[in-house]
Order: sequence, then structure tokens, then C-alpha cells
Amino acid sequence: MGNFGRQPNFGKFGGRHMTCAGALSADWLRSIGIGARQLPTSNITLCDQFVLIGSGLIWNVYFAVIALSAGFFLAMALALGKDAASPWLRKPCAWFIFIFRGSPLFIQFFFGYFLFINIRGAFPGLGVLTSAGVGATIVLFLNTSAYSGEIFHGALRSIPKGDLEAADAFGLSGWGRFRRIIWPTMLRLGWPAYTNEAIFLFHATTLVFFSGFPAVQQSGDALYYARYFADRTFNPFVPYPILAGYFILLTLVIIGIFGLINRRLNRHLPQEVRPRIRYRPQVIR
Amino acid sequence: MFGFCTDPASLDSTRWMLCYLTTPKHMNLYYAFGTVLLLLAITAPVSLAFGFGGAILARSRIAPLSWLGKGYIAIVRGVPDIAFFLFFVIALDQAFEWVLHQIRCPDWDQPIRQGSDFIVCAAAKLPQNNAPQYVHDTYAFLVAVLTFSIVFGAFAGNVLFGAMRAVPRAQIETAEAYGMTQGQVFRRIIVPQMWVYALPGLSNLWMVLIKATPLLFLLGIRDIVFWARELGATQTPRFTAFPHGDWRMWYFLFLLVFYLAFTRVSEVVLERIMRRLSHGQATAAGEAQRRAAA
Repeated sequence: MGNFGRQPNFGKFGGRHMTCAGALSADWLRSIGIGARQLPTSNITLCDQFVLIGSGLIWNVYFAVIALSAGFFLAMALALGKDAASPWLRKPCAWFIFIFRGSPLFIQFFFGYFLFINIRGAFPGLGVLTSAGVGATIVLFLNTSAYSGEIFHGALRSIPKGDLEAADAFGLSGWGRFRRIIWPTMLRLGWPAYTNEAIFLFHATTLVFFSGFPAVQQSGDALYYARYFADRTFNPFVPYPILAGYFILLTLVIIGIFGLINRRLNRHLPQEVRPRIRYRPQVIR
Repeated sequence: MFGFCTDPASLDSTRWMLCYLTTPKHMNLYYAFGTVLLLLAITAPVSLAFGFGGAILARSRIAPLSWLGKGYIAIVRGVPDIAFFLFFVIALDQAFEWVLHQIRCPDWDQPIRQGSDFIVCAAAKLPQNNAPQYVHDTYAFLVAVLTFSIVFGAFAGNVLFGAMRAVPRAQIETAEAYGMTQGQVFRRIIVPQMWVYALPGLSNLWMVLIKATPLLFLLGIRDIVFWARELGATQTPRFTAFPHGDWRMWYFLFLLVFYLAFTRVSEVVLERIMRRLSHGQATAAGEAQRRAAA
């Protein structure tokens, strides 16, 4: 150790942008392949780092938004499936949740990537699966579905007995009972934990470009660029804190959005018994 | 490994597989599992100690110490943990070299950071350039262990801090009524009783630690992920007696199964420990056990 990441100096090409505005306009879409092909190599300024790492966030937000919004529906299905009476439905759901919660996401990414490569070998038309934009999103989608499915399953099991009895007393049954009583209550009870899950999924998106999925033409996510700068400048004390700052900001945004939904889900309750979203870090998956 | 392995091309598939899985290169993969277990065995107690220290600091009545402890615990919030791993592994290495540089080369007059370079005198290089390979490997592993311990120490600190506060107030008041000092209350009442409150959090953390071990690969260690990629890749007859196509998928499937089994076994063991720890405690689980026995 002690010398990894030390790169030769390419003096001539350094400092491509004389101003911050120049760096911003040239590189803010660099992570999706728009902008100068070459990344800054020497005379790297603070601006370069802020802009490029910020640009990488596009990927993180993309992964998180797609995986979470699609995963929400699969999670509902898994939660209900795991609660089903029939073992033919219950067992597969329980196994799905166990497999994705019991193994590291990092390994899931690797396995998924190589599985997609084999699929590409058999069906060349499905080659798009090996790209980060599609393949990694699928893995993240399945992973978050399993974690959220477990959360909502727990919520489903803790619906107050009285609520269900009241529903029966009102003559509600079947779909009506589910839509008006069970589903909203399950959502309401599971929401604080689901907020944490959303935050962790968002953080987990940083693993994508370290797990086989290629960053085509150096179009990577925020951590990819932070590591690029740390390796280039051999100074981790600038890019990682920038990355941390961005992530803290976006984490606050997630808490804000989910907090609004939480308020809406609990709007029928008296003020003092409404559950608050408490951020409880649970880390790495 | 086996006598009949001298000419792999002539073997039937079972024997071929047997020979293939016992090549010296595969032994590296099996040793790498040992590396993972070793990492867990060292990291778990060390990060518990870090966490304990952090929790004690956070409880301190002296404001700066408390800030230090709380700040350390708070690093778990808001930032992706992988970023910590990548950060600490370089930062620690540079910190060690900087300290050695100050000690061994006091009359060095050039700046350490020159543009994009971090330059310390030769005597401060870690490990020394002419050191044998195993020294390099051990150093890299130790830095990785320390990185894991710092990050997980913060998580453990969070759990232990909560657990110390969860010990019922009445227990502490009783101890004070008996005339115990602050230190005695801490040692004799809080620490023995906090574990039952800490265990759910710590078991969760243990699961998380198991699932974080593949990140060793990111820290530049030749771990199971590294060897799975290496061994699974397509092998041509020119370079090996055991040619095969791209088998990386199967290697990672194997790792997946390994981790599933590992987490499942841990779950079962931790449940047992929890049952034992709840025995005789003033909690719902402890009460249930008492009722069942009576």
C-alpha cells in the first residue's frame, strides 16, 4: 500500500476550465455521457470536484427512484404473499425475502451481472441487461422489494385486531376490506421503517459501479467520481467530504418527502398519537 | 492434489471436477474464506471496544468529550458507508505514513503534499519498499481491519449508547440509594444490565458485518470476491490444464449460498443467546421465562 492510485501528471491537459461556471456548464451532465470526454487529470480544482461528483448523483437518484417506485408494488405483493394461508404462495415469498435479505447486495450485484452476461450469450437481444442502467436497477429493485416486503409484512401482522373487527362489523369483506382498512393501516404502520429503507437503498446505489457493472466511458455515479478524484489527487480529504455533503442533503430531501406522505397517511389521527419518522440507521446490506 | 490428476484432459467429469477444485489456485479461494472469518473474528471485538469507548465518551459530563463521542457515533448518519470504507483506508494509510515521517525524518524540508502527490521520506514508507510480499499483505489486511473497526465501532457505539440509557431508572436509583458512586453504578449496574437491551441491535450489527465482508475487495484485499472473479473467468487451454468457459456466475452463486448459510446459522445462534441473556431480567422476555418456569 502507500502508493495505490498514484497517477502520472498529465500537466498539459490539466485545468481545462478556468472558472467555476465553465466547469459547471461543461461537466454537469458528464455522468450521462454529455460533455468533454476527458475527465480532469491534473490541476484539479475544487470546482471540478463539486461539479463532477454532483453530476454523478444523477445516477444515484435514477437508481433509487426507479427501484423504489417499482419495488413498492412488488413489496406489497410479497408482504401479502408471505401472509397467505396457502403454502404455495407463502413459501416462495418467504424464500424470496430470505434470499435477498440474507446475502450481501454486493454479491447480488456480481451474481446478477454475470447472470446477465450469460443471458446475453444465449439471447443477444437482451444484451441491454448488462448495462448498469438496466441490470443494476433490476437487482436494486428486487433487493428493495425484499426488504420493504418484510417491513410491510411486519406492519400487516401488527394491524390492531379492533380495526379488523370493526371492518367485519360494518359488513366489509374481501377487496373492500383490504382497500379501506387493511392496506391504509399497513402502509401507515410500516411507513417510518419504509422511510429508513428508502434512505438505505439510496445509499446502496453507490455500490453499483464497484460490482462489475461497467461505467461506460467513465460515466459513473457520485462515489465513482469521488474515488476517481481521491486516486488522482491522492487526497481523500476533499472528494469524500463533498460526497458526504451531497448525500446528507439528499437524505434530508428523502426524509422531507416521506415525512409529507407520513403526515397524509396519519391525518385522521389526533395530533399527539401520530407516529413520527425517526431516522434509525441500519447500514449496509 | 490427487494422483490421478496428472492428465486432466483424459478424466471423466466427476474426477475432472475433483481435480479442478483442488488446484493450488483454488486453495487461494479457500484460504480467502479464512481471511473473511479472521476479519470477522478481529473486527467484532475491536469494534465493540471502539463502540464502548464512543458510548462512554458520549455519556461524559465534560462537553468536549461528549461532543467527540457523539460526533463519532453520528458518522453513521446520512452518508453511504462504502464512502467511509474508501475514505478511511487511504486516510489511515496516509496518517500512519505522516506520523512516521515526523518521527523518522524530522529534517525533511519539502512539503508532503506536492500537487497530486503524497511524498514522505523513504524511511516512513509503510511497508518498506523492500519488504517481502507477506508484509505488504498483512499491512493491507490490518488497515482494512482498522477501517472496518472504526466504521462498525460507530454503529456499535450507537447501539450501546441507547442500551445504557435503556437500563431502567429504578435500578440506578436503587444503586444510588445503596450509596454506590458513579463509577460503581456504571460498572455494577449499567454494564451488566445493558447487554440484554443491546443484543437485538448488536445481532443486527453482526448480520450487517457479515454482509459487509465482501467490501474487503474494494479495499484491495485478495478476498473471496477477488478469487471468484479470477477463477471463474474463461480459461483457455493455452494457460491451464483445466480450460472452461465463463463460470463466474456459478462462483458467485456459491458465494451467495455461503452467505445465506452463514447469516442463517448466526440468526439461530443469536436467538439462543438472547434467550439465555433474558433469563432473570426485568424485561417482557425475562418475565415470560419466569412465568413459564413457575
